[in-house]
Amino acid sequence: MVDASHGASDVIPPAAVEDVELYHPHSWWTRYVFSQDAKVIAIQYASTAMAIGLVALVLSWLMRLQLAFPGDFPFIDSQRYYQFITMHGMIMVIYLLTALFLGGFGNYLIPLMVGARDMVFPYANMLSYWLYLVAVLVLVAGFFAPGGPTGAGWTLYPPQAILSNTPGGQDWGIILMLVSLILFIIGFTMGGLNYVVTVLQGRTRGMTLMRLPLTVWGIFTATVMALLAFPALFVACVMMLFDRVLGTSFFMPAIVEMGEQLKHGGGSPILFQHLFWFFGHPEVYIVALPAFGIVSDLISTHARKNIFGYRMMVWAIVIIGALSFVVWAHHMYVSGMNPYFGFFFATTTLIIAVPTALKVYNWVLTLWRGNIHLTLPMLFALAFIVTFVNGGLTGLFLGNVVVDVPLSDTMFVVAHFHMVMGVAPILVIFGAIYHWYPKITGRMLNEGMGQVHFWITFIGAYLIFFPMHYVGLVGVPRRYYEIGETSFVPASVHDLNIFITVMALVVGAAQMLFLFNLFWSLRHGREAGGNPWRATTLEWQTPQTPPAHGNWGKDLPIVYRWAYDYSVPGAPEDFIPQNQPGAYGLTREAIA
Amino acid sequence: MSAMIVFLAVLAVIITWWLSRQGLMSKPWLEVGHVPAGLSDRREASQIPALKLGLGVFLAVVGALFTLFISAYLMRVDAQDWWATPVPRLLYLNTAVLCTSSLALHWAKFEADRGRDDGLRTALLATFATALAFIAGQVLAWRQMVASGFTLTDDAAASFFYLITGMHGLHILGGMVALTRTARSAYRAGPVTERLQLRVELCAIYWDFMLAVWLVLLALFAGWASNFVDLCRQLLT
Repeated sequence: MVDASHGASDVIPPAAVEDVELYHPHSWWTRYVFSQDAKVIAIQYASTAMAIGLVALVLSWLMRLQLAFPGDFPFIDSQRYYQFITMHGMIMVIYLLTALFLGGFGNYLIPLMVGARDMVFPYANMLSYWLYLVAVLVLVAGFFAPGGPTGAGWTLYPPQAILSNTPGGQDWGIILMLVSLILFIIGFTMGGLNYVVTVLQGRTRGMTLMRLPLTVWGIFTATVMALLAFPALFVACVMMLFDRVLGTSFFMPAIVEMGEQLKHGGGSPILFQHLFWFFGHPEVYIVALPAFGIVSDLISTHARKNIFGYRMMVWAIVIIGALSFVVWAHHMYVSGMNPYFGFFFATTTLIIAVPTALKVYNWVLTLWRGNIHLTLPMLFALAFIVTFVNGGLTGLFLGNVVVDVPLSDTMFVVAHFHMVMGVAPILVIFGAIYHWYPKITGRMLNEGMGQVHFWITFIGAYLIFFPMHYVGLVGVPRRYYEIGETSFVPASVHDLNIFITVMALVVGAAQMLFLFNLFWSLRHGREAGGNPWRATTLEWQTPQTPPAHGNWGKDLPIVYRWAYDYSVPGAPEDFIPQNQPGAYGLTREAIA
Repeated sequence: MSAMIVFLAVLAVIITWWLSRQGLMSKPWLEVGHVPAGLSDRREASQIPALKLGLGVFLAVVGALFTLFISAYLMRVDAQDWWATPVPRLLYLNTAVLCTSSLALHWAKFEADRGRDDGLRTALLATFATALAFIAGQVLAWRQMVASGFTLTDDAAASFFYLITGMHGLHILGGMVALTRTARSAYRAGPVTERLQLRVELCAIYWDFMLAVWLVLLALFAGWASNFVDLCRQLLT
């Protein structure tokens, strides 16, 4: 090992690091409400995202009830059913997953993990949250607007999205949805600029890019992708808003509705699909990359072993990020585009499986002969790997044109994307909350409740989505309000639908236990101390827990090593914090 | 989406170039226990001020936005029912005004760098006035278009024209807000601070960028861009 002989001369006095001027709040309002502290903003983001996510959860219950017991619930008519699916999908993908990973974990972890006092543009960071909140409120306003929210499906495909037969199409629903998305994107751009520039400029002394924890790499790359992908959704939303409100024909072809010729003409619905999926596919990885990063850190910490192939992991994150911009049209195999395009996009889609598989191997090899602690974060991380592999394998089916064409728009697709970008990232979110809750609040989450929550969620998610693959394979289409009497659908599908619905209700109920745990442990949880998981990364080395405004005491930490020094031979403990100077096992005192 | 792919390819080259200088080949598990050599020049964080880097990232996002609008335009151009809208002559005058605005801002930067606050104020005022004139000119151009019968909903080319020029105008207006704030601190008595110099410089970068975007848009609407694209296609096939 090259560095065994490093001595006192390597300790650089903290004074060499220039400090930043910090904004100091003067009142309760600026401290907790209009706060510019990234940690408070993170909690605001996360709470809002979870609150709106709860709405989406209830919506999924309602539509499952309709699928299992068609007609038994008179208030779920076909219009409402479509509104429920649309809002469920949009909320879960954008307002919950994107906001929670980037706005929540990004805000909390980036400054702490890179050793900064705060984000570089705290004011823009605050605006980012408030725009997000307004976006959420505008979205929710759809439920109370005349005609209700839009029922166009989460992809909002024109022309149906703005026709009068679609719920909300000629009412307020679609307008509120588009305005909400536009606000979200503007708000996200403000936050995203912060995350990127903080990672680039805010790192403390010694924190080279290759010493960053993979969590930061994941969030950083995802943010760069989101900054480039969200403009596509922005353009699509603005143009559709023009079509709907001002009567232009960007996406609207000549159309006869109810025997009446509409004034639109000449627009291209496919253009919308290109724009939407140019955003939509990177969005999958905008959600997945932070999950990849976080899960790497959870596995390494709770298996007490350095991450296997750190460099490969970093490269894989960057390569996945780049590749994900050239696969978008695999969502459009059945849109009638040139078959050669299909061939190209199938190839890129399958290529992206290579760096992704590499990451899975590296997680497994990190676990190999590790000192595995089956703590709650570890359980969720393991569940993520299994679930992600499952969802990824069905992705290989759907990525091939010939297999996709018959499976397109069946429940198989629903099962696939729920496994890979619904359940898998949510499991990471849970794992991450169990992992970082002690740092955020100073108390551990209750273990017993956590175990119940984990097992019901993990097994329950499989019981929901595994049968759904079968339902899709026999040809049950997605988005249908009811199947009715159809010869190719066997009776077993109806039984399975009831089973899936019951499981969905149970898994949903388990989330209530989780929410209860979040509040209960605030007061009654076990005192955690500063570093309960004995982790190496900087956020666990703060002088106070929860970290005070400004994160660090008088001096910024100095980073002497990478983030994965676990079980180093010769070290007195099985972890060495990143800010501990000297070679293996030497303490700061021993050097001085 | 070919325009967007080209834009992303350019960005990918920049990002790759930057990443290649970040030591991605280093083996962090070996360099433990010390701050890596060469850190006296703070390799961890680059020398550029955070604000300037932030603006750079923001301009990449704005660039993506306009490239996507252009991509959408180019995908629509090939359709059967497309007929190009004649561009009002006024746009060329507006282009000249926007160029003047950019030049005035460079003059402001020149004055700021030399600490001459009187010249700086005049130059910022000139920038603001010319930018305002550009916006007024664009609105006038819209009115001319409407008067000659090309309304927003009339045909696709006109729709795109109003949409994209409107979006560009909004970005200029946003820049004018930043310019106003900069001018306000310039009008406060006192010597030219380093921070003010930086702000003037950032405004100048933004103005140049929006001018470049405008030139591309003008080329697009005047039809030169499609001639160029046709030429490229012929060369490729």
